[in-house]
This record gives sequence, structure tokens and C-alpha cells, in this order.
Amino acid sequence: MVNPSNAPHRTIVVLVENKAGVLARVADLFARRGYNIVSLAVAPTDDDRFSRLTIVVDIESTPLDQIVKQLFKLINVVEIAELAPGDSVERELLLVTVEVSPENRSQIVEIVDIFEGKILAVAPGSLTVSLDGRPDKLDDFEALLGDYTIVDLQRSGRIALPKVGRQVPRLRAAV
Amino acid sequence: MSETNASPIRLNGAQALIKSLEMEGVEVVFGYPGGAILPVYDPIIDAKLRHVLVRHEQGAGHAAEGYAHATGKPGVCMVTSGPAATNVVTPLADAYLDSVPMVCITGQVALAAIGTDAFQECDTTGITRSITKHNMLVTRAEDIPMAIKEAFHIATTGRPGPVLVDIPKDIVDANNPAAYFDFVYPTEVNLPGYAPETGVDAVAVDRAVELMRAAERPVLYVGGGVLKSRGAEALLRLAELGDLPVVTTLMARGAFPDSHELCLGMPGMHGNYTAVTAMQQSDLLIAMGSRFDDRVTGKVGAFAPDAKIIHVDVDPAEHGKVRRPDVAIVGDCRVVMEAMVAELEAAGGPSAFADHTPWRQQLSGWQETYPLTYQPSQPGEYLKPQYVLERLRDACPADTIVASGVGQHQMWASQYWNFDHPYTWINSGGLGTMGFSIPAAIGAKAAFPDRMVWAVDGDGCFQMTGQELITAAIERIPIKVALLNNAYLGMVRQWQELFYDERYSEVHLGYDLPDYVKWAESMGCVGFRVEEPDEVDVTIAKANQINDRPVVVEFRCLSEEKVYPMVPAGGSNDDILVDPSQRADSPEGAQ
Repeated sequence: MVNPSNAPHRTIVVLVENKAGVLARVADLFARRGYNIVSLAVAPTDDDRFSRLTIVVDIESTPLDQIVKQLFKLINVVEIAELAPGDSVERELLLVTVEVSPENRSQIVEIVDIFEGKILAVAPGSLTVSLDGRPDKLDDFEALLGDYTIVDLQRSGRIALPKVGRQVPRLRAAV
Repeated sequence: MSETNASPIRLNGAQALIKSLEMEGVEVVFGYPGGAILPVYDPIIDAKLRHVLVRHEQGAGHAAEGYAHATGKPGVCMVTSGPAATNVVTPLADAYLDSVPMVCITGQVALAAIGTDAFQECDTTGITRSITKHNMLVTRAEDIPMAIKEAFHIATTGRPGPVLVDIPKDIVDANNPAAYFDFVYPTEVNLPGYAPETGVDAVAVDRAVELMRAAERPVLYVGGGVLKSRGAEALLRLAELGDLPVVTTLMARGAFPDSHELCLGMPGMHGNYTAVTAMQQSDLLIAMGSRFDDRVTGKVGAFAPDAKIIHVDVDPAEHGKVRRPDVAIVGDCRVVMEAMVAELEAAGGPSAFADHTPWRQQLSGWQETYPLTYQPSQPGEYLKPQYVLERLRDACPADTIVASGVGQHQMWASQYWNFDHPYTWINSGGLGTMGFSIPAAIGAKAAFPDRMVWAVDGDGCFQMTGQELITAAIERIPIKVALLNNAYLGMVRQWQELFYDERYSEVHLGYDLPDYVKWAESMGCVGFRVEEPDEVDVTIAKANQINDRPVVVEFRCLSEEKVYPMVPAGGSNDDILVDPSQRADSPEGAQ
């Protein structure tokens, strides 16, 4: 994994057969060929034969074309499409637990309000907050929280779909 | 497929596995039994297919590869779990790098024991994931026929490669009621993500032919993909029609006849001067089933700087992996070459081309100035390996199959043999697996019992897999071994001499230990030792007359002999080192 903010990256959506070990095959391929994953999200689709991986790949050291071709050599990979930022809707989820004191509690709550986050749990010395949205919005939120003490922070990795009515370039498809 | 099977029969998983192999037309399985695969060995007693019991699982894998190289059909090996599976890791990696169609069946511990660190358990599919084209763990007996069907389909289509099928013991256990089902062999595979290219992009072929017609200094850069596609005939037509000089890589020796006037021989680190330099100075490289391997290109940035590239490969990931092609054609080499031939014929044949006369003259000038050469041995010296190979070549039938190990002897065999037929040269090119030759030769000889099969081996290689000669003796697979004993890991010694200031670190093996003749005899082979040039021919003649058991001929070779030409690793192909006698500073130098 690399720092998402400074590597040139692209988002691909990989439709795979829902079979044991498929995620390991994909992860192994990236490791074996020295490709970098910025983020990876995986979930079943509406068709239970298939799962969809949304992978943000670092294209600094390897061209996207080569990554896509190697991925498509995996027998269980059915289709690969690229989601360009302008043509797709991207969302990501962030969970964070931050230390609060009587002095800064209201400042933190205000930031959460501005970003339309949700406070999930409150304890005397800390708050757990969830925030979903575009990845760059989450980046901004994370940056603002940098002034406070973060106990735990977890981001989901982005998922994406094409915007309604947009044609998504299918880079590789078996059918 | 050898037969059809429409009405179901009740079988257990083990019987179904063997039946499935028979349905795929498998004639021979190279294997070694053990705990987890034991249930599968029971029905083998009654099976139509032949099982060859090797002496080490690595031998099973390489024998399957040798069989596949020689026949074009998938080689099959079968071993048990754990240490047996790890012993076939090397052949799997070898087959993956050289695109050899192979199906490997491994036993696995029972389903309930998987993940518990059970006896002889290892994560076979995990270990082999990156060295197989595909692998699978079968979890239900009734899934075995489809797994086998898919394994053979994947191994043999598109870019061929090894496929591993891991089978837990309980689903093949005759005492397990759940292992029984109604067997029907499937007629179709269910692989929604797998569709290798079978057609031809006519527009790309057009553009390629246009480049071919305009080129003044073309070279057809032929790789193993031409052999995998059974494309030797189409290649001959394409080369002749286009008046295209041909280089055949280490994986493609024999794809184009060495005796043909258009053949330049082998390029690469130990390629001949003309083949290497022709590529460097060409204005068009037609890469046909070749992959711009580092052993061919040398320093990539300095490789064939003026050449436009046409790259034909069934695997699109090869396009642009090393060198960006001007025209990329995804497809089976034979199909693409046939389309090119049709296009060239329509365009008017050779008259439609730029004049290649100056280029051909330059090439033959290089061939005259820089032929492969070596100095004969002096009286009292041991043999020159090149001499041995020349004599062996001339004493064997043209369709002799040669299997090689890895090292100096491999390079000399590739250089000095005259390959005029496809599928007569079997070696480990990509992985460079020492010890490959003897088991691979056994695989080839099992496929073609009536052909002469020689393994060309080094002393280092022989000590790695020599025990498979017991397999050859007992199974009546009478291969012959030319053991070029130079008492060293010769290629390592050559590098230490040239690049490590003659500091010979851990590289001496010795001529006399083991005694190879006694070792050969103890394994049921005939053993000969040759130390003098005048014994070479007569001993080869004796060896060639023995057909009832394997033969090992140990040729005592000079330790100091080096393989030339040589492009130093990482260097540019322009810096090729020819034989010392051909260098400018040599007393008898050519220039």
C-alpha cells in the first residue's frame, strides 16, 4: 500500500467469479509483479456468481494497460473496466475515534456537523464518528482532525459506479 | 477426446479422476504415490493409461514437461500432498515460464484436516498460485470431472501452461459414501472469465504486412510460441515468401531448419554473432511468439535501437511488457502467420518487397567472418565439448530428440546441434532448471519409444536428477545420456573467470567423484567413459546400438572451455564477445 495522496492513480472495477481464493489471486498478482494497490474494496454483486473489486492502483511504476492485461490473465477475472473520476460516482466510508476534552469537544462536533458526519458513540474522553462521501472530502476531514488526538482511524477504500447514462470503457472482457 | 460417456455410471472420486484422465486421452502419467493420493492409486491398477513411477517428484514434473514438449499434448503428473507437492514446485515454475501445457494432480489432506497443520499438509494452491496458469482445490467428489476438464482446457488453450488440481483424500476415498456419484464427463467448460483469442485482427495484419514490405533489414525473431502453436510450416512459408532472415531463440530451436539459407541461428547472451548483430541492426523485428527475454535483448535500452517492432503473441500482456510494439497482434502464431502469408501472396509475393540484397550480403559477410568456432584440444588435454557435440550430432538420425540440462552444455548443444525438425529440442529456458534433461528425456522417450532420445547433461546437473535413470531402466525407457563432465559448474566457473577475477568460489565438483560409469551401471544402465578424441566416434556408435537399456557416456571435457560468443549480463548486444581467435587483438584475429 502507498500513501494515496501523492501517487498518480486510477480506479478500476474488476468483476470476478465468486470462488474461493479469488481475492488472494488478485493480491498475489499485485505483490508478485510489484504493482501497488492504493485501496481495494470487495463485495458480492447482485448476481451471486460474481463479486466486484474496486481497486485504486498506483500507475507510477507500471502503466495501467500492463496491470489490466496481467489481471485479466487470472482465469476467474471476468471483466475489467476503468472508472474515470469525471464519469463515475465514488464513495468511501471513514470511521474515527478522537480524544475530546471539555475545551475542544464543541470544536470537534462543529467540524463533524460541517462535514455532515455522524457521531456514533460518546464517552467521557472520546467520540467515535462516521463520515461517508467522496474520497477527497474524507481527505479534508482527516486533515482537519490532524489538530486533535486520533485514537483509531479506519477508511473503507473507495467503491465506485459509473454515473447514470455514462459509457464505461471496458478494458477487458471475456464475453 | 477418446470416447464419449453419455449415460452415467456410479463411481467414487478416485475412479472418476482416472476415468476423467482417460476421457482426456491421457496415455501416460508420471507420478509417485503417498498418503493423501493413495486412494487414487488403487484404480490405476485397472486403468488403461500407463503410470511411470519416478524416483523423485521433481522427476515426475520434468518428465511430464518433456512429454509435452515432444508431443504438444499436455503432460500429466500426479503426486501426494505436502513434501511431494513442494517437490513439484520447480517443474511447475519451469512449465509456467516456458508455457508448457501440463496438468499436475496433487493429493491433499482430508477436507476436515485442511488448515490444521495436519501430517503432510501444505497450502499447495497457495504455494503454486504464482507459478501456475491456474490451480484449484476440489471440495466435492462430483466436481472432479469438471475440474479435470477445465484443467486440460486451460492448460492447452491460449498461452499454454501448467494447471494444478489439488484433491483432498476423503473425496476420493472408496470407503466414504459421499465420494460416490453418477459420473458423466462434461462436454463444456464453465469459465466465464476465460476466452483466449482465437481470431485474427485483419487490420493489424494489414499494417504488419505493410511494415514488412517496406523493411530493408528485417529479422523474424521466432520464439517458443511458434512451436506451441504448431506453426513451423506456416513459419517456413512466411519466411520464404517474405525473404525474411530468421533467428530462433533457445525456446524455438528447430522451429525453422538450421540448414535453411534464411536461418541465422540462435540470438541472445550466447547466440552467434550474426543472429545477435542482425537483430541489433535490423529496421524491423517481427517478434513471433517471443517475449523480449533479458537473455535475448541484453540491455533493453540498447536493444535493436532502429527497429520497428511487430509483436505477435497469444498473450496480450506480452505486448509492451518490455518493448513497445509498433504493431501488436494478439493471436495464435500459426493463425496469424497464415493470415500474413495470404496477405503477402495477394500483394504479389517477393516482388512486393523492398530489396533485401544488401542486407542479405551483410548477413552472409558476418556469417563468414564470425562463424561459431573453437580450438581443437591439444594432445594430452581432455575433450572439447563442442567437438563431442558435433560428433554426436553427425552420428544421430535427423529426428533425434535432444533434451538438455542448464549451463554451458546447454548452450553448446543449442549452438552446435543442427536442428532441422521442430520438437527435437527440449530444454529449460525461462527458469533455467539444472537437472532438467534426464527426466525430460524420459518423458519424450515415453512418448516416442521408437525415436532416439539423447539427454545432453553436465556433471552438476547429472548429480541433481541422475537417479531418474533407475526409472528409465526399470520402466524400459532407454534414453541415452551424453554427460559432459568438466569437473566444474562450468557456467558459474566461466562467470567467475570473466567477472570475478578468476576467484573460483565453491564451483569445483571434481572429475572422479562420483564414478559416473559405476553409478550408471548400478542404475541398470550401460556406462562408458571417453577421454580421448579418437574414442568419441566409436563410443557414440556403441551407445547408439544399445536399445534395451539406458546408456550413459561420460565425456571428460576440458574445465577451462568457455561458451562464446557472450554478451555480458546487463551489457548491450553491441558489446558481444566473440571467440578469442576472432577478436581484433588476436594474432589470428579476423579483423
